[in-house]
Amino acid sequence: MTLTNEIVKQKLIEKFGDQLTNWEEPYNFLTFTAPKDLNIKILQFLYDDETLKFRFLTDLTAVHYPDRKGEEIAVVYHLHNLEDNIRLRFKVYTDEEKTEVFTATALYETANWLERETYDFFGVHFIGHPNLKRIMNVEEMDYFPLRKQYPLEDQTREDKDDEMFGRGGSIF
Amino acid sequence: MSDHLQHISLPKGSLETQTTTLNLGPTHPATHGVFQNIIELDGERIVSAEQTVGYIHRAFEKIAERRPLYQITVLTDRLNYCSAPLNNMGWHMTCEKLLGIKTPKRVDYLRVIIMELSRITDHLICNSIVGVDSGAFTGFLYVMQYRELVYEIYEEICGARLTTNMGRIGGFERNFNDIVWQKLDKFLVEFPKAWKEFEDLFMRNRIFMDRLIGTGAISAERALNYGFTGPNLRAAGVDYDVRVHTPYSSYEDFEFTIPVGTTGDNYDRFLVRGQEVWQSISIIKQAYEKVKQFKGAEAEVYHADAPEYYLPEKELVYTTIESLIWHFKIVMGESDIPKGEVYHSVEGANGELGFYLISDGGRTPYRLHFRRPSFIYYQAFSELIKNNMLSDAIMTMSSLNLIAGELDA
Repeated sequence: MTLTNEIVKQKLIEKFGDQLTNWEEPYNFLTFTAPKDLNIKILQFLYDDETLKFRFLTDLTAVHYPDRKGEEIAVVYHLHNLEDNIRLRFKVYTDEEKTEVFTATALYETANWLERETYDFFGVHFIGHPNLKRIMNVEEMDYFPLRKQYPLEDQTREDKDDEMFGRGGSIF
Repeated sequence: MSDHLQHISLPKGSLETQTTTLNLGPTHPATHGVFQNIIELDGERIVSAEQTVGYIHRAFEKIAERRPLYQITVLTDRLNYCSAPLNNMGWHMTCEKLLGIKTPKRVDYLRVIIMELSRITDHLICNSIVGVDSGAFTGFLYVMQYRELVYEIYEEICGARLTTNMGRIGGFERNFNDIVWQKLDKFLVEFPKAWKEFEDLFMRNRIFMDRLIGTGAISAERALNYGFTGPNLRAAGVDYDVRVHTPYSSYEDFEFTIPVGTTGDNYDRFLVRGQEVWQSISIIKQAYEKVKQFKGAEAEVYHADAPEYYLPEKELVYTTIESLIWHFKIVMGESDIPKGEVYHSVEGANGELGFYLISDGGRTPYRLHFRRPSFIYYQAFSELIKNNMLSDAIMTMSSLNLIAGELDA
């Protein structure tokens, strides 16, 4: 029996019930949303289950949605079952003021630097991370540059008043 | 103090009983890139190491949030710059997935030729640098002329050599000309001989083997746990290859094998890359044959029919109003982009190169994240070099094929 998105979804619903929401399959990539305190339980279940065997963390990153009040930051996990070759993505949302999310480093060494990167750019605090400090930016930096409130170009400059090319900040 | 020194009796408090801290990098000539390692040494043996990265971080993900899709291609050039066309193609395919563009078979095959050529250039750099770091400069200089030949092919196709910005969303900017095919013929005749010679020089060389076997080893379990992909994972014995697992660009039409190693050490990584070059040569030959099969109008196809995203020919822009409108809309980034969330990955020279793109329907991506294989597997470096000699650490670094541009994004 080959593992399909349907079976993965059923298994997860059996285990976690309606706590998992927003089931989608964009471009055949199974996606769902979970409460943030469940993230490690889900990763562990997906890892341990003998049918699911999601034992490879492909990617971990975050997205900032400033308009979603109380759940501005989405932490996104991409997992891969290499044996059955099936992928899965899930997101946990967190408040941009209180960004504590449990770390996945106990399960995956991969998560170490990916979580540091996510902390560096989005300010997500991974509870239990062995070495949570900035990785790309200088340690003295006091903001999280990939959040949407920080524009790409310095808004106080006057020599680049060219809104047609997306520099004035009005287009995006 | 570790066991191997215990037979020497040293006076209490003497310098030799203490460990030494060595700062290797960030601009050390032996590290081929901007890497800093703070290494604690006991004699010549490494006790612990800590890597610092980010010296050439260029905020690509932030920049990408303000650029239309076609302007992001130049950012991907600067990830793994040893195989820039591979990154370009990966990005174009990600966009095509989002935009729902289906590319013609001929475009797929042309892309396969380019992608495998860049895999060869990447692997030949990596393997010959392993040679340089172990004291054999000749091999490096010898195969470099074939990289030059590949770069000449790139020049004919897109005009650039290193940071190629090759291709467009939907295909290529122009058809391959006769010089491309002549140079490719020349490459396919001459390069295999040179690569054979190169391997003869190293593969069973006693000194080379002694330097590489058993150093920088990692088990398959640890490699998977560290998120290794590509040749470094396959050297540990896991046959994961994106080209086979999730075929893109018609890779399912080709026959090739995935070379795997057993021990995951520096020597296996060298061998796996060497074998992959042979596989790439075979894939290029197959693709070349397939391209020759196209007849008539099909033999001239080099892009998909996607006027909203593919720039019209310059002559038409000057003579017809529709083309002028499309041209303007594309250049200004005013084409409509659907909302969506895409993850697409290609088998880069270093492993799974992933693009996670979220579009909210605006002119630019809402969020773009690059899964950079070097960044992910460089984490394991301190574990790989622990208890090795300092000189082995240098070999490990070059056999992992760390590319600072990809690592730091």
